[in-house]
Amino acid sequence: MTALPRIPAPAPYAFAQSPCGGLEMEIVGAALRMRVSGALFDLAHQALIVADLHFEKGSAYGMRGQFLPPYDTRDTLDRLEAEVAALSPRVLIFLGDSFHDGRAEDRLAPDDAQRLAALAAGRTLIWLVGNHDAEGPRRLPGEVIDTMTLGPLVLRHEPEPGEQPGELSGHLHPCARVSSGRGTVRRRCFATDGSRMILPAFGAYAGGLNLKDAAFSGLFARPPMAGALGRDRVHAIGWRSLTRD
Amino acid sequence: MAEDAALSADLLPAAFADWFAARGWAPRSHQLEMVARAQAGRDALLIAPTGGGKTLAGFLPSLIELAERPPANTPRGVHTLYISPLKALAVDVERNLATPIREMGLSIVAESRTGDTGAARRQRQRVKPPDILLTTPEQLALFCAWEGARAYFEDLSCIILDEIHTLHSTKRGDLLALDIARLQTFSPHLRRVGLSATVDDPDVIRRWMGFHAGEDVPPPVDLVLGPAGAPPIVDVLLSEGRVPWAGHTAQHAMAEVYEVIKTARTALVFVNTRFQAEFAFQELWRLNEDALPIALHHGSLAAEQRRKVEAAMARGELRAVVCTSTLDLGIDWGDVDLVIQLASPKGASRMVQRIGRANHRMDEASRALFVPANRFEMLECQAAREAIAENRFDGDPPRVGALDILAQHVMGCACSEPFDALALYDEIRSCGPYRALAWEDFEQVVDFVSTGGYALRSYDRYRRIVKGQDGLWRARNADTILRHRLNVGAILSPAMLSVRIAGRGGRAGRKIGEVEEGYLEALEPGDTFVFAGQVWRLVGVTALDVLVTPAPASDPKLPSWGGSKFALSTFLAKRVRELMFDQSHWSVLPADVREWLELQRDRSLIPAEDEMLVETFPRVKRHFMVCYPFEGRLAHTTLAMLMTRRLERMGAAPLGFVCNDYALAVWSLNPMDGVDLDALFDQDMLGDDLEDWLAESYMMKRAFKGCAILAGLIERRFPGAEKSGRQVTFSADLVYDVLRRHQPDHLLLRCAREDAATGLIDVARVGHMLARIQGKIRHAALNHLSPFSVPMLLEIGRERVAGASGEMILAEAAQDLIAEASS
Repeated sequence: MTALPRIPAPAPYAFAQSPCGGLEMEIVGAALRMRVSGALFDLAHQALIVADLHFEKGSAYGMRGQFLPPYDTRDTLDRLEAEVAALSPRVLIFLGDSFHDGRAEDRLAPDDAQRLAALAAGRTLIWLVGNHDAEGPRRLPGEVIDTMTLGPLVLRHEPEPGEQPGELSGHLHPCARVSSGRGTVRRRCFATDGSRMILPAFGAYAGGLNLKDAAFSGLFARPPMAGALGRDRVHAIGWRSLTRD
Repeated sequence: MAEDAALSADLLPAAFADWFAARGWAPRSHQLEMVARAQAGRDALLIAPTGGGKTLAGFLPSLIELAERPPANTPRGVHTLYISPLKALAVDVERNLATPIREMGLSIVAESRTGDTGAARRQRQRVKPPDILLTTPEQLALFCAWEGARAYFEDLSCIILDEIHTLHSTKRGDLLALDIARLQTFSPHLRRVGLSATVDDPDVIRRWMGFHAGEDVPPPVDLVLGPAGAPPIVDVLLSEGRVPWAGHTAQHAMAEVYEVIKTARTALVFVNTRFQAEFAFQELWRLNEDALPIALHHGSLAAEQRRKVEAAMARGELRAVVCTSTLDLGIDWGDVDLVIQLASPKGASRMVQRIGRANHRMDEASRALFVPANRFEMLECQAAREAIAENRFDGDPPRVGALDILAQHVMGCACSEPFDALALYDEIRSCGPYRALAWEDFEQVVDFVSTGGYALRSYDRYRRIVKGQDGLWRARNADTILRHRLNVGAILSPAMLSVRIAGRGGRAGRKIGEVEEGYLEALEPGDTFVFAGQVWRLVGVTALDVLVTPAPASDPKLPSWGGSKFALSTFLAKRVRELMFDQSHWSVLPADVREWLELQRDRSLIPAEDEMLVETFPRVKRHFMVCYPFEGRLAHTTLAMLMTRRLERMGAAPLGFVCNDYALAVWSLNPMDGVDLDALFDQDMLGDDLEDWLAESYMMKRAFKGCAILAGLIERRFPGAEKSGRQVTFSADLVYDVLRRHQPDHLLLRCAREDAATGLIDVARVGHMLARIQGKIRHAALNHLSPFSVPMLLEIGRERVAGASGEMILAEAAQDLIAEASS
C-alpha cells in the first residue's frame, strides 16, 4: 500500500458520445467506437472486436462439481449475435481467451457450436490466441493467429509492457469503480490513454480487475480514462473519479 | 414450597436432594417438573425468564440418569447433546455444569466442542465420546455429515436446545431442526428438551420442535412454565426540554447517562449499531471525570480484546460496558444491576431479554433505563415500557423451512451414509419447519444437489450425489465430501477485513479488530474515524487489511450514521400509534414532546390508531408527500420504491425519497395534492410493479448470493485459500444475471425471491399495511411542512440510496470528466 503519486492535471481527452450510446475516439488515427456491449468497432475496417469471452467457463467449474448455471456460453452468444446483427461487420475479431480452457470447444452444446459457426457466414472470423486458449479453436471456421495488424493498429491478447502506441488488447478484464456519497458502482470498462486501449471482458462469467490495480501500472503514458459500461451508454470516467476496491 | 419438597423426595435421588440442601436451595417446581416429564419419556419445552435456574432444569434429568446408570465395560456413546446458539455460551455452560458434577462426586464427563476446540480434543471426543457434549448447530451439522454419525449417536438419550427463541425462526433453526430429525432416526428413543426465554406464543416453538417420525398426529412437546420472576423496573429518560427532533445518537442525554452509570454497581449500555457503540463510548469517556472503568464490546473488536472485557466484567472490575447485541445472550456474569438502552428498543421481546441481563436473580427486579434519541423514539420507548409492564411481547410468525438449507442437509446426509429418498422425505417432514414440504420440491432439491437442477442437462455426467443399483443415493467421491464439509452451516457472515496499524513502509502491523467489507466505504485515505474507542487515520485498504495510524486529538469523520438495523416490531408499532392518538396518554411524555404532538394536531392532524396520515406540502421549489405507516424502515423503503414508480406514471415526476422506522417522504417536481391516494396505495402494488422492480434490484442479487452459498452452488472457502467476499459478490452477480435470463424458475431463484421478500424488503408487512389502511387514509394538504415531517426532512441528504442509483453515479462521474476536460 503506497500513497498515490501526485498527478499533473491531464490534458483533455478527445471523445464523442455516439447516438447508440457508445463513445467514439481516435487511436493513432484509427476511428473506434466503444460499444455499450463491451465490444469495439473499427469504423474504417468495419471490424467488430471482442475480448475474453471465456466460453464454457461454467462447465469448467461443473466438471469439478461446482454446478454454475451452464448458460454462460449462450448468454455471451446472445449478446455477440445482437452486436453482429446491429453492425453487420465485415470482420469479427476475437482478442484471445475466447475459450476458458483447451477442451472448452469440445464441451460446447451442439446448438451453441452451430450458432458460433453461423457467425462466419458473410464475414471473416479471426481468433487471436490467449493464455487460456493457446491453440485456438480446432473445428470452428476462421483463422487462428497470435497477433495481427488492422491499419495502424496492432492487436494482441496480452498487452505488451511499456508504452505501445496503437495496441488493442484484452487479458486484464479492466473494471472501473466509482464511489460517491450515495454509493459505489463497479462496472466493466474500456481503458485507454488515447494511444493504446484495453478492452473489457465480453464473457458472461468473466470477472473484472480494478483499473487501479498494480497490473495496469506502466502500461499507460498518462493516467488513463475509463469507458465504463452503463445500462444504455458508455460513461467516460476520468482517472481522478476512479477508486480502488 | 412444602408441596415441592414432597415432590422432590420422590423425584430426586438422595445425592441430588442432599446437594440442593447443602447449598441451602430448594429445587424449584419447574426443575422438578422437567425431571417428571423426562421420567415419563416426554419431550418438553421449558419457558422461564433469565435467572430461573433454567439450564439446570434442562440438565437435571440427564444428570440423574447418568448418575444412576450401571457402570459399563465398553465405552458408551454420547448420552446428552446440548446445543447453544453461541460458542461462548456452550463453553460457559460446560463450566457451570462442572460444579454440581464435582460437588456430588458424579462420574460424568461433560465437554464442549466448538469451532475453537483443538484438534487433539476433537479427535479424542470422536474415539471416546463424553457423556454430555455441548456444542453449536454448525458443529452438529458437521457431525451429521460424518460417516460415523449413526454409530456415534445411536445411544443418544436427550438433546437440549438452549435459547431456542433466538434460533427457531431463522435458517440456522431450519438446519438444526433437520439435524434433530436425523438424530431421532439414529436414536428413536431420543428425548427433546427446549429452553426458551419468555415468548409471545410458545406453540410456535412447540411445533418447531417437531415430532417423532412415523407418528400421524404429532403430539406437541409438553410445555413447562417457570415462575414469572419479579417484574422489571423500567424508566424512560425524559431529558425535559432537550429531546431532539431527529438523530440516532442520543448525544443530548450523555451527561445524564453518565450520572446514572455513577449510581449503579455495573451497567450494561446497549446500543443498536457499532457506530452508536463507538460514539457512545467516546462521549462517555469525554465526560468521565471520575475515570470510571468503562469498556466497549462489539462484534468488530478483535476476539482477544472482547475476551479481556468479558474477563474484567466477570471479576467485577468494570462500572459500565457499552455493547451491541453481542452481549444480548447467555453468559452469566452476575453483578450487572442496571441496563441502559440507548436509542429505540424496536421490540418488546428483545428488550426483556436485554433487561434480563441485569440481576440474574429471580426475586430481585431488574432495573432498566430507556434513552430515546429523538421524539418519535420517545413515543416508542414509552410504548415499550408499557408493553413490558403488561408482560406483552412481539410474536414471531411460524417459519417455513428454506430449500437452500434443505439442499445443504441432503448433501450432508449423502456424505454421512447412503440414503433412500422416500425415507429421507418422511424424516424431513417430521421437522416443524418442513411439515408441509411437497414431494415435488423435495425431488427438485435432490436434483439440484445431484446435477445443479438445470433444464440444460450439462452436468448429468458430473453428479455430486449418485443413485446406485440399490436405489440409494451416495456422495460421488471423497473430494465432494470434503468440499461439503468446508461449506456447512447457515451463518452467512460478510467477508471481514482486518483493521491493522500501518507499520513502516506501509506494512501491516498489529491487528485492532475486524470490519465488514463496505464498512468504511465512504472514507477516503487521510480521513479519520473512530474504531475500538480510539481515533484513527485511514491509510488505505489492501486485499484483506484496512491500514490505519493513530490520530489522537483529531476530529473524527463518522461514516454512514445508520439508524437501527432491527426493524420496529409490528406489535410495538401498533402501540406507538395508539399512544400517539390517545391524548389522555400524553402525560407520560416530556413537555417538549407533548408540545410537538399538540402542534402536529393543530397544524396538520393526528391519525387514529387504524388510520394512515398522508401529508402533502410544497417546500423550496419541490413538492413533498410524507406518509406515516409506522411499519419499519425496511417496509417503508419497499413501499417508497413502489410508490415512486406509480407517482412517475401519475405524472408527479418524483425525484427522491427518504425513510425511517416511522415514516417516508417522497419529493417531486410536480404537486401531489391531487394524487388519487386510494389508487396510489392500492394493494395491487404488490403485483407486477413489485416483480419488475425486484428482478433488477440489488436485494435479489444479495439474497441470491446468500442462497447460492448455503445451497453449495458457490463455495465459501476452498481448501487452503479463503476467497475474499468481493470475488464472491462479483461472480454471484454474474451468475444471477445469467440464470435469471435463461432459467427464471430455477430453485435458487425461488429461494432468493422468498428471502428477499421476507428479510430484505418485508413484502408481507407492506401487504398487511396496505390491507390495513384501505379506506383509512387521512390526507392533510398543507401549505408548509408539519411538525411530524421535520425529522424526515432532516434525514434527507444523510441517506444513501443503495444500489438504486448506479447509473446516476456513473453519469455524475462522467460529468466530472467533461468538467475536467473543459476547465
